[in-house]
Amino acid sequence: MQTILSVATDAFAYGMVLFIISIGLSMTMGLMRVVNLAHGAFAMIGGYIASYVARDLGWGYAPAIVLAVAGTILLCAPLERFLYRRIYGKPELLQVLLTIGITFCVIGITNYFFGPTLKTIPLPSVLAQPVDIGFRTLAGHRIFVIACGIAVAAALWFLIERTAFGIKLRATVDNAAMTDALGVRTPTIYAVAFSIAVGLAAFGGVIGAEFLPVEPYYALRYMVLFLVVVTVGGAGSILGTVVACLALGAIDTVGRYLMPEFGNFFFYAAVIAIVSAFPRGFFGRAQ
Amino acid sequence: MTQSAPLPATVAASFGKRHPLRDLAGFAAIILAGAAGYFLFPDNLALLTRIIAVALLVLSLDLVTGYCGVASLGQATMFGAGAYAAGFACVHGGVTEPLTLVLVGAIAGAAAGLVMGAIMLRAHGLAQLVLSIAIVQLGHEAANKFSSYTGGSDGLAGLSVSPLFGVFEFDLWGRTAYLFGLVLLVVVFALLRFVVSSPFGVLCRGIRQDPVRVKAMGASVFPVMLKMFVISGAVAGVGGALAAISTQVVGLDSISFELSANALVMLVLGGLGSLYGALIGAVIFMGFEHTVSAYNPFHWLTMVGALLVAVVLVAPGGLASLLDKVPGLGRREGGKP
Amino acid sequence: MSDLFRVEGLVKSFGGLAVSNNITLAMKPGERLALIGPNGAGKTTFVNLVTGLLKPDAGRVHLGSEDVTQLGSVRRVRKGLVRTFQVTRLFQEMTPEEHVTLAILQREGKATAILARFLGNPTVSDEVEDVLTVLGLSEVARRPVSEIAYGQQRLLEIAIALALKPNVLLLDEPAAGVPSADTPRIEQALARLPEDLSVLMIEHDMDLVFRFARRVVVLAAGEIIFEGLPSAVAADARVREAYLGSYADARRVA
Repeated sequence: MQTILSVATDAFAYGMVLFIISIGLSMTMGLMRVVNLAHGAFAMIGGYIASYVARDLGWGYAPAIVLAVAGTILLCAPLERFLYRRIYGKPELLQVLLTIGITFCVIGITNYFFGPTLKTIPLPSVLAQPVDIGFRTLAGHRIFVIACGIAVAAALWFLIERTAFGIKLRATVDNAAMTDALGVRTPTIYAVAFSIAVGLAAFGGVIGAEFLPVEPYYALRYMVLFLVVVTVGGAGSILGTVVACLALGAIDTVGRYLMPEFGNFFFYAAVIAIVSAFPRGFFGRAQ
Repeated sequence: MTQSAPLPATVAASFGKRHPLRDLAGFAAIILAGAAGYFLFPDNLALLTRIIAVALLVLSLDLVTGYCGVASLGQATMFGAGAYAAGFACVHGGVTEPLTLVLVGAIAGAAAGLVMGAIMLRAHGLAQLVLSIAIVQLGHEAANKFSSYTGGSDGLAGLSVSPLFGVFEFDLWGRTAYLFGLVLLVVVFALLRFVVSSPFGVLCRGIRQDPVRVKAMGASVFPVMLKMFVISGAVAGVGGALAAISTQVVGLDSISFELSANALVMLVLGGLGSLYGALIGAVIFMGFEHTVSAYNPFHWLTMVGALLVAVVLVAPGGLASLLDKVPGLGRREGGKP
Repeated sequence: MSDLFRVEGLVKSFGGLAVSNNITLAMKPGERLALIGPNGAGKTTFVNLVTGLLKPDAGRVHLGSEDVTQLGSVRRVRKGLVRTFQVTRLFQEMTPEEHVTLAILQREGKATAILARFLGNPTVSDEVEDVLTVLGLSEVARRPVSEIAYGQQRLLEIAIALALKPNVLLLDEPAAGVPSADTPRIEQALARLPEDLSVLMIEHDMDLVFRFARRVVVLAAGEIIFEGLPSAVAADARVREAYLGSYADARRVA
C-alpha cells in the first residue's frame, strides 16, 4: 500500500513537472503557432541558474527559483525580439530549424561555461523531509511540486479566461491582423506570452530537477517528452495538457516501476498508439 | 506547341528531366568528387565511407520531405533497420556476401518504411513529426533491450564480410568498402533520378504542393505516399547496410533521434527536393563535424546551431523559397475541402 | 431515363440548420445547366455533396446508372465526375504542360508508374498540345503556374478537367476573380466545351450565366426554388424575393 501510494505520488508529481514545463510550450505552439524546439533549453537554463544560486552561491532554494525564472526570462527576451519575431507565421520546418539551432547553441555554450557534469539543486530541509499526512508519509518535495502544478494550472486558466490580457491574447490568436487593427499591440502580446512561457519552462526546470536531472543534453533529451505532451494534449489546451501529463506521467512512472529493464519502450509504444488515435490531441482545436 | 516553338532554355527547365546533360554532369561530379576523396584522403576512407552511408540516409529523407512534403525526425529508423538486418544476417545468419547483405538491408529498410509510412501518414503536421520521433525512439529502445541479439549499447559486433565478388577483400584501410559504397551511391542516385522524374515522382511533387488538387484529378494520395516511404526505406536501408559492412559493427546510434535530426539538418542545409542537395548537405555537414569536433564536440554543437540560425535569418529568401515548396509542413492554408 | 447525372432528395444539415433540403436534380448528356443563388444558399454544400467531400444525411447521387452515394471523391472523379475549384488549386511550381500531362496520365491509370518517363510519350504530348491550344494556353505551356496570369490559371483549371475526359463537369464559379478584360477568354473556352459533356456551372456573373446556360436552377436556403429557362428567371416571383429579400442589388438577377 505504501509502495502503491508512493508510486502514485511520484507519477502525479512527475506529471505536474511535465505540465509546468509543457504548458509553456503548448502556449507558444497553440497560441503563437511556433514550433519551439528550444523550450527544453529554456528549462535547462533555469536549472543551471538555480543550481548556481543554490549550490555554488548557497543562497537557498526560494531565491534560486525566483532568480532562475527572472534570469531566464531576461536572457531569452532578446531571443524573442531578434529571432522568434521573424519566424511567427513562417513554415514549420523553418521554425524547427531555427529553434534546433538555438538549442544546439545553448547546449554548447552551457557546457563551455559550466562543464559537462550533472548539476544538482539542493532542496531546503523542509522539502527534503517526508511529510506525515496522517495515515501515511509522503516526500515533501513531491507535495510541493504537485501544489505548484495545480497553482500554475489555476493561474493560467484565470489569466487566459478571465483577464483583459487573456482576451487580447485569444483575439490575437484568432485573427492577429484584425486585433492589430483594433489597436491592440500584438507584438507586445506575443512578447509577454513568450516571457510567460519561458518563465514557466524555467520554473518547471528548477522544481523538476529531481525528475529530469540538469545536464547539458537536457535541452535535447527531454524536448521529445515535452513535444509528445503537447501533441497528445492538443496544442493550446490547458485541460488537454493536464490530462496528457498525468496520463504520460503515469505510464512512464508505472512502466519504469514494473518493468525497469524496458525503459521507455512502453512509453513510446503508448505515445504512438495515443497520437495515432488522437492525431489532434485529446482536446486539440481543429486545425 | 503551336506558337511557342522557340522557348528560352531557362523556361523549359523545371525538373531537369529535359536536361540529360545536366544529369550526366551531376554523375560526373559525384564520381570525380568520390575519386578525389579516395586519392586526397587515403587515411580517412572510413570517414568518407561513413559520409556515403549517411548521404544515402539524407537522400532517403529527401524523398519523403523534399518530394512528398512529410517532415520526419525519425528517418534513422529505416537506416537502423537496414544496418541491424544486415548485421543479423551476417552474425546470426551466416550470410557474408556483401551484395546479399545490402539487399537484406534494403528489404528491411523498405519494410520499416512501410510500417513507418502507414503510421505517420495517418496524421499531419506536429502529430506526424512527433510520431516520427516516437517511432525512432521505440526502435532505439527495442535495439537496446534485446541486447542478446543486438549487443545493446555495446553494439552488434563481429560482422565478417566475405570478399566482394569473391575477389576484393574488405581491407584494413577501407579501400574496398569506400569504393563499394561509392558505386552503391552512384547506382542508387541514378535510380532515384529516374524515380523522381517518372510520372510517380511528379505525382508526389503534386501531392506536396496541393493534395486536394491531386485528389480532384482522381488520384489517391495515401498509396502513392506509402510507396514513396517504401522506396525511401529501401534507400536508407542500403545506407545502413553499407555502414554495417564497412565498420563491421552496428551501434545504437544508427537508430537514434540524433542521427535523424542531423539528417534533416543536412538536408535543409544542402537544399530540399533536388537529390543533389542531400549529397552536398551530407558532405559539408559531416566534413565540418569531423574537423571541428576533433577539438571539442560542444564547440561543434554551438557552431552548427549558429549556422542554422544564420541560414534561417540571413538567407530567408533562399532558404524560405526552398522551404515554401513544402506546404504540408508549414503555412496552414485556409482549409477549403 | 437517359440521365447522365441525377441527385435525389439530397439532405444535409449542420447542427440543425438545413443547408441542403431535399434537392433533386437531373442532367442529360450535353446539357448546359447553371446553378445560381444568393450567398448562403447552399451552393458550396451542394458541390461538396455531389463531389463526395460531404456525405448526405439522406438522398442519393447517381452517375449514369450507378449509385455513387457511398463512393469517396477520388472514386467519383474516376467515374467521370470532375470539378474545377472556385479558388484555383494548382501546383505552383509546375507548368501547364505538366499539369495536363499528369491529368492525362492519371486518366489512363499511368500516373503512378515508376518505370516510365513523365514527358516524352508522343501520343500524350500531342493530346496535351491539343488541350492547351484549345484553351489558348500554348504560349505559357512551359512557364511555372506561379508566373502566369490569374485568368490563365482559371483556364488551366478547365484544361485539367477536360484532360480527365469527364462525363459531367462541375464548374465552380469559373470566372471568379478574373479581370473583366479576360472574361471573354473564359467564355470562349466554355463555348468550346465538348458537345456531349454535361456541364453544371455555378456562377455569380449573370451575363455569363445567360449566355452559357440553357437551363437555370435557383437555390435559396438549401432548396430549389426555380428551375427553367434562363429567360424566365428574372420574372419569377420567388427568385425575386430570394434575391431582393436578402440583396439590395436587383440588377444581379435582372
